[in-house]
Amino acid sequence: MTEPVSATLPPVALSSPIDLPTLWVAVVFAFLGTFLFLDGFDFGAGALFATRTDEEERERILAAIGPFWDGNEVWLVVFGGGLFAAFPPLYASLFSRHYLLLFGVLGALICRGLAPEFYEQREDEAWQRWWGRAFVVGSVTAPLLLGVFVGNWLLGTTVTEAPATVLVGLAVVALTVVTGGAFVALKTDGSLAADARTWGLRALAAYLLSLVAVFLALVARPAVRPALLEPVPLALVAVSSAVGGGYALAIRRERDRLAFFAAGGLTYALVALVAVLLFPTLDPATGLTVTEAAISSPAIGLLTLSAALLVPLVCVYFAVLYSTFAGPVEAEGY
Amino acid sequence: MVDPALASRLQFALTTIVHIIFPVMSMGLAPFLVYFTWKSIRSSDPLWERQRRFWTRLFAISFVVGTVTGLVLEFEFGTNFAAFSTFAGELFGGPLAVEGMMAFFLEATFLGVFVFGREKVGDALYMFSAIAVGLGTWLSAVWILIANSWMQTPRGYELAQRNGQPVVTLVDPVAAYLNPRFPWLFVHMQSAAVLSVALFMAGVAAYFVYRSSDGGTESGETADSGDERADSSDDPSAVETTAGSDDARFWRTTLKIALVVLLVTAPFQVVHGDSYARHVAETQPQKFAAMEAQYETEAPAALHLLAIPTDPSAFTDPRAENLWTVDIPAMASVLASGGDPSYEVTGLDEFEGSPPVAIVFWSFRAMVLLGFWFVGLALWSGYRWRRGDLFDDQRLHLALMGSAPLGFIAVETGWIVTEVGRQPWVVQGLLRTEDGVSPGLTGTEATLTLAGFALVYTALLVGYGYVVRRLVLAGPPEVESATGSTAERKPNPEPTADSSPDDGTASTPEVSTDD
Repeated sequence: MTEPVSATLPPVALSSPIDLPTLWVAVVFAFLGTFLFLDGFDFGAGALFATRTDEEERERILAAIGPFWDGNEVWLVVFGGGLFAAFPPLYASLFSRHYLLLFGVLGALICRGLAPEFYEQREDEAWQRWWGRAFVVGSVTAPLLLGVFVGNWLLGTTVTEAPATVLVGLAVVALTVVTGGAFVALKTDGSLAADARTWGLRALAAYLLSLVAVFLALVARPAVRPALLEPVPLALVAVSSAVGGGYALAIRRERDRLAFFAAGGLTYALVALVAVLLFPTLDPATGLTVTEAAISSPAIGLLTLSAALLVPLVCVYFAVLYSTFAGPVEAEGY
Repeated sequence: MVDPALASRLQFALTTIVHIIFPVMSMGLAPFLVYFTWKSIRSSDPLWERQRRFWTRLFAISFVVGTVTGLVLEFEFGTNFAAFSTFAGELFGGPLAVEGMMAFFLEATFLGVFVFGREKVGDALYMFSAIAVGLGTWLSAVWILIANSWMQTPRGYELAQRNGQPVVTLVDPVAAYLNPRFPWLFVHMQSAAVLSVALFMAGVAAYFVYRSSDGGTESGETADSGDERADSSDDPSAVETTAGSDDARFWRTTLKIALVVLLVTAPFQVVHGDSYARHVAETQPQKFAAMEAQYETEAPAALHLLAIPTDPSAFTDPRAENLWTVDIPAMASVLASGGDPSYEVTGLDEFEGSPPVAIVFWSFRAMVLLGFWFVGLALWSGYRWRRGDLFDDQRLHLALMGSAPLGFIAVETGWIVTEVGRQPWVVQGLLRTEDGVSPGLTGTEATLTLAGFALVYTALLVGYGYVVRRLVLAGPPEVESATGSTAERKPNPEPTADSSPDDGTASTPEVSTDD
C-alpha cells in the first residue's frame, strides 16, 4: 500500500529545472556588485581622506569604515571564489591574461588594508602622513585597476588595445566616491559631512560623464554596437541616469541614507550592464560561452545548494554588523 | 629572466610561507580569545578584560594581514597556475568558494563586532561574536585543507574532457571532500596553530616575568641568579613587579594558561605526527621516501638521523649517491608500519621524478626535532610548576622566550614537507606542477611580480614584526573596573607608589597605552 520510504532517502536533487550556469553568472556578478557597493564606500572614504587635513576628521573617516571594511572585502574573495568554482576555465584565462593588472589590484589592496592599521600605531606626524598617503593611493588605485580589468574583460582586450577601458576604471573610481560621499555624510556631521556631500555630487557628475564617454566609445566599436543598442542595456543606462538624479536630490536634501542606497543602485546597474553585455559569451577574447565554461551539473548543483544555504546567513551577519554600528561614529578604537 | 614555471613556483612558495604565519596566529589565538571573553563576562576581575583586549589587538592585526595575503593566493591560482585551475577547478574551486561563504564572512563580519563593539552590544551577542570569529577561523581551515588534502590524496573524481582539454569532474563529493588526508592534515594543523600560539604567549609572558623576577617579590629565591644578570641593578624594568603588580599578575596568569595548553598540545602533536607519518607512508610513499632520504627499497629500512652527501656539490641533488649517514637500524620500517621492523619501505628509485630530497629531509627533521623540544619544554615547565618555582627558574624563562617563534618555524617546515614532498605532482598522480603553470605567462611578467613580492612581503614582515613588538611592549591595557577596585591608573599614574617609594620613574611608558 505504501512505498518503503525509510530505507533510502531520495538523492539530493542535483539536477535542476533552472539553468544553473546562467544562475551562477547572476550570482557571480551579484557578488561583484556587492563588493563594488560595499567596499566601494571604503574606497570612496579613502579618497575623501585625501581632502581632509584636520587630524580629528581623518580619524573619524577611519573610524567610520573601521568595523565594516574587513567584511566588505570578503565579497571580492567570494567573487573570485565563485568565478573559480563555477567557471574554472574562465577564471583561468581571464586571470592569467590580466596578469600584471591583477597584481596591481592586489598591491593596491594590500596598501589599502594595512595603511589604516599602521597609521594608528604611532602619533608622529611624518609616520601618519606617509601611511595616510598609502591609504589614499590604495583606495584610488584598487577601484581604478579593477575597473580597467572589468573593461578589458568586457571588450576582450588588453589595456594598450582599448583606452576606453581606462575610462571604465575612472568611472569606477568616481562611483566609489559617489558611494563614499554618501556614507561619510551619513556617519559624520558638520563640515566633514557637508564636504562629503559636495564631493559626492562632483563625483556623480564625473561618473555620469565618464559613463556617457564609455558608452560613446563602445558604440563606435562595430563589434559591440549591436549588443549595446538592445533594450536592456539602454534601459540600464536610463535607470542609471534616473537613479543618479535621485542621488543628487537626496544629497541636496541631506537625506544621506537614501543617497547611499541610490549609490548602491548605480553600482548594481553598472555591474548588471556588464553582465548583460557579456552574456552568453562570458569571455569575448576567447569566445568561451557560459555552457562551455561551467562545471558539470552535479558539481554546480552542489555549489548552488551551498550558496542557497549560506548566502542568506551571510545577509544576517551583515544585518547584525550594520545595525550594531548604525548611526554616527565616535572616533574610538578598540 | 627566470623561467615562468620556476618563477611561479618560487612566488607561490614565498606568498604561502609568509601567509601561513597570520592564519596560524588567528587560529591559535581564537580559542584563547573565546576563553578570555567568557571569563571577562562572567568575572568582575578586570584581569580577564585586560587579557581579552591585549590579545584581541594581536588577533586584529594578524587577521588584516592574513586577509590581504590570502587574497593573493586565491588570485595566483588563476594568474600563475591557469592550467591547474582549468584542470582541477571543478574539484578545487568549490571548497574555496564555500570557504568564503561559510567561514570568511562569519569571521570578518563578527570581527567588526568583536573588535569595535564591546560598548555597543550586550554580553550575549558579544560572546556570540567571539565564538563566531573563532569558529570562522577554524572553518576556514576546514575548507582550505579540504582543497589542499584533495591534491594530496585525490578521490571522488573522474577524468574527462571539456572543450578538448583534460579535466577532473566531481562524481562523489563525500569521497572527494572527506578524502583520506583531510582529517590528518586538519588535526595536525589546528593543533600546531594552538601549540604555536601557546608557545608565543608563554614566551611573551616569560619575558615579562623574567624582567620583573628579581624585583623583590621572591628576593630570597633569586639571590643566586644575580651573576646571570649583571645589569639587573640598573635595569629600569625591574621596578615593574611593585609598580605594576597587576601587570605581574597578568603575565603570571598568561604564563600558566599558555603552559597548560602547551602541556596538552605538545605531546599530542608528537604522538599524532607519528601516526600521520604512517598514513603518509601508505598514501604518498614517494613523499615518505623523501622524508627519510630512502633512495632504494629496503626491508628492513634504517632511519637516517643524518644523511649528507659526501660530495658537497651534490647537496641538493635528489639522486645523490655516497651518502654519509647516521642510522638507527630498521627504525624507518618501524615508523612506516607502526612496529614491524622488517616492513619494506619503498625507495625513491621506484618512482618517476622525485621531490628535492634535501629540502624535504631536513625540513622534516627540523619539524620533528622542534616537536620533541616543545615536549621537553612543556615537561620542564610542568616540573617547575609542580615544585612551585615556575616564576623563579630564569633558565626556563630564557628558554621560553627563545622558543616563542619556534612553533611558527615548525609549522613552516611542516608545510614544506607537505608541499615540496609531493613534487613533482601538484595533484598527486594526476597533474605535474610544471604542467599546471599558465601557458601564456612570460618570464618577464613572472619575474617582475616575484621581485615585487620579495620586496613587498619583506616590508610586510618587518612592519608586522614592528607592530607586534610595539603591542607586546606596550603591555596589557588598563580597563575601567566596574567595581572600581583595581587598575584605575589613568587619573593617577601611580596609586601603588606607596608600596615602593623609591620607584619614582616607574610606569611612565605604560600609562597612555589605552586608546
